[in-house]
Amino acid sequence: MRYKRDERYKRNERYNAINAMNNFRANIMLCAGTGCVASGATNVKSVLEDELKKKGLEDEIKVVLTGCNGYCAKGPVMSVYPDDIFYQSVTTEEIPKLVEEHFLKGRPYEKLMFKEPEKKSAVPLMKDIPFFKYQVLRVLRNKGLIDPEKIEEYIARDGYQAAAKALTQMTPEDVINVIKDSGIRGRGGAGFPTGMKWEFCSKVRSDVKFMLCNGDEGDPGAFMDRSVMEADPHAVIEGMIIGARAIGSHNGYIYVRAEYPLAVKRLQLAIDQCYEAGLLGKNIFDSGFDFDLEIYQGAGAFVCGEETALMRSIEGKRGMPRPRPPFPAHKGLWDKPSVLNNVETLAQIPLIIMNGADWYKSLGTEKSTGTKVFALTGAVNNIGLIEVPMGTPLKTIIFDIGGGIKKGRKFKAVQMGGPSGGCIPESLIDIPVTYEDVVKTGAIMGSGGMVVMDDNNCMVSTAKFFLEFTADESCGKCVPCRVGTRILLDMLIDITEGRGKESDIEPLEDLGRDIIAASLCGLGQTAPNPILTTIRYFKDEYESHIKDKWCKAGVCRSLCTFMIDEKTCTGCGACMRACPAKAITGEKKKPHNIMQEVCVRCRSCYETCKFNSIRILPASAREKVIW
Amino acid sequence: MTRLTIEDLLKIKEKHQAEFNLREGGYRAKVTVHMGTCGIAAGARAVMTALMDEISNAGIKDVIVTTSGCAGLCAREPMATVEIINQPPVKYCDLNEEQIKQIFKEHIMAGTPVEKYVLVAGCETTY
Repeated sequence: MRYKRDERYKRNERYNAINAMNNFRANIMLCAGTGCVASGATNVKSVLEDELKKKGLEDEIKVVLTGCNGYCAKGPVMSVYPDDIFYQSVTTEEIPKLVEEHFLKGRPYEKLMFKEPEKKSAVPLMKDIPFFKYQVLRVLRNKGLIDPEKIEEYIARDGYQAAAKALTQMTPEDVINVIKDSGIRGRGGAGFPTGMKWEFCSKVRSDVKFMLCNGDEGDPGAFMDRSVMEADPHAVIEGMIIGARAIGSHNGYIYVRAEYPLAVKRLQLAIDQCYEAGLLGKNIFDSGFDFDLEIYQGAGAFVCGEETALMRSIEGKRGMPRPRPPFPAHKGLWDKPSVLNNVETLAQIPLIIMNGADWYKSLGTEKSTGTKVFALTGAVNNIGLIEVPMGTPLKTIIFDIGGGIKKGRKFKAVQMGGPSGGCIPESLIDIPVTYEDVVKTGAIMGSGGMVVMDDNNCMVSTAKFFLEFTADESCGKCVPCRVGTRILLDMLIDITEGRGKESDIEPLEDLGRDIIAASLCGLGQTAPNPILTTIRYFKDEYESHIKDKWCKAGVCRSLCTFMIDEKTCTGCGACMRACPAKAITGEKKKPHNIMQEVCVRCRSCYETCKFNSIRILPASAREKVIW
Repeated sequence: MTRLTIEDLLKIKEKHQAEFNLREGGYRAKVTVHMGTCGIAAGARAVMTALMDEISNAGIKDVIVTTSGCAGLCAREPMATVEIINQPPVKYCDLNEEQIKQIFKEHIMAGTPVEKYVLVAGCETTY
């Protein structure tokens, strides 16, 4: 969060220093989120610290490990304060040079700076990099700014003051009213107003109630909640304390999937610190309010992200949904009134309590207030985690923050909402991203996965991919979902393998709508969305798969033929070297040729060719060539 | 850690203020010590260390120290630029440890530039 200059000035007036501590001249905030650790952040840290020691800078420069910075594509990343310089793809080999140049001599090291895809010039300042420039950080307010394993750093950023306010100065009704007034809606995907959820539960009389956090992030490609839990675990805990106070609960669980070991570790550490500091347990802030919190690790079933299934899972039973009503606000975990909120929702609650509903509403649209975090992946240049105000046009997200499509290819569609969502085509790219506008397209906001696709993606295959996932993850309790998703998947497999019939499209749509209407829980009620939206916007692709047996993107192997255009082939031999099947022949500097009986249609030549000489033709073209 | 009270939260926050001013850019004054090869050779490192000790001893949290390359006037190194927010930056030259301490007390803390060491004022704002 950046402050305007006069605000900064006021802040400092207020906190004019009294007690001295060791002052570092600069802080290096090294990202230690899962992405950066995977690309080598741990080694970078030890080499960096050794190098600083070697140069005698260890008392001047502090290295801090932070949670996910968001720009995962270029990890390991680090930012240097106060200079506000951003470095990416940091390797251990570059560190001696970096330390010498930047920290000893004071010359920011250009080689590791961000470079705009089209231009070669380096952009040193974090605030000037487009990826960061258009973002507004609320949920991710502490990303890259604090050490998530130190409670003091969270407190130094106003941490737990909202909990103190909610516990000592506000009644539960006050808290609910502020949250209702802020208009915040559940960030898990469905967008149910959080304040209303809390109000329902608070009105139910019961000696035992449960405050639950849903950290079972299961959409393929989504990692928003993981990043928040890793980068700012205390924000989630504080949100839960406030929620518990509002509904009158004294026990809580954070349900996290076991596949997120770093998130589990940091949350557990944060919970331990809270108990030690009296922020959890008995009589928090001497307010007489008690709250106990523990982690429950899920085994990774997608359906356990559904609220009733999640509660069954915590009870130690097989995670399966049950019909509603009764709603969890009346009968939830162990049949006691319960509230389940998403990680991202909870992380914003402290801010709303501190700054008020009007502040929260100042961003976003009338019905979708605040900001939303998205995991931007796929065919964009800047892959990573972003936070934008609700109502930001899709175009800004993809082309300004995302930096456009890789290799200058053509944008085709963006998949939102994971297996429950759908594909939004290029013609709708100007829509503002709000709950209402996204639903109109047939996709859903979902938890925030955003997969960008270019003209190399086949939409039928994309639908098939998501159906494979949902058919696999269907818990099997209700027939429409268990059997229906399987039938849909079989039909899609037939189409992609050349057995599709012209009469197939209509039944796909009919069955899809039936599954939505008849399924028990959100999994089945949304599973056909990927098919329905791709038929709606890309019907021509289904038709060309069925009628012409032609997958124009060259993804469905049975439905395409790769051939070399003799007119433009320069005979450079790149495709020949790339071909794993050794199917390409030809002399140097003369047009090459693909032996169709050997070709496995893996696309390697197509991806490699610099001259656009590989053509993708219908399957029928093959026979003509061979015989 | 003992049980925290609401007052403790503010105390912890205050204790960490310096560090977060550094990270968030919430500072009142910025001192740039010019550390090109020329500056280092002329003793800029000692000047910077003296300044940082001074800041740390005084317990000041809203002044940050940063380094930059050669300021272009190698003959007059070590040099430092003091920028107090909303005031023109002031460049000092031919510094030693004692002088930077004096600048810290009179200019950074009290707000009056130490004229006898000043090279130039009013150019090249960097914040």
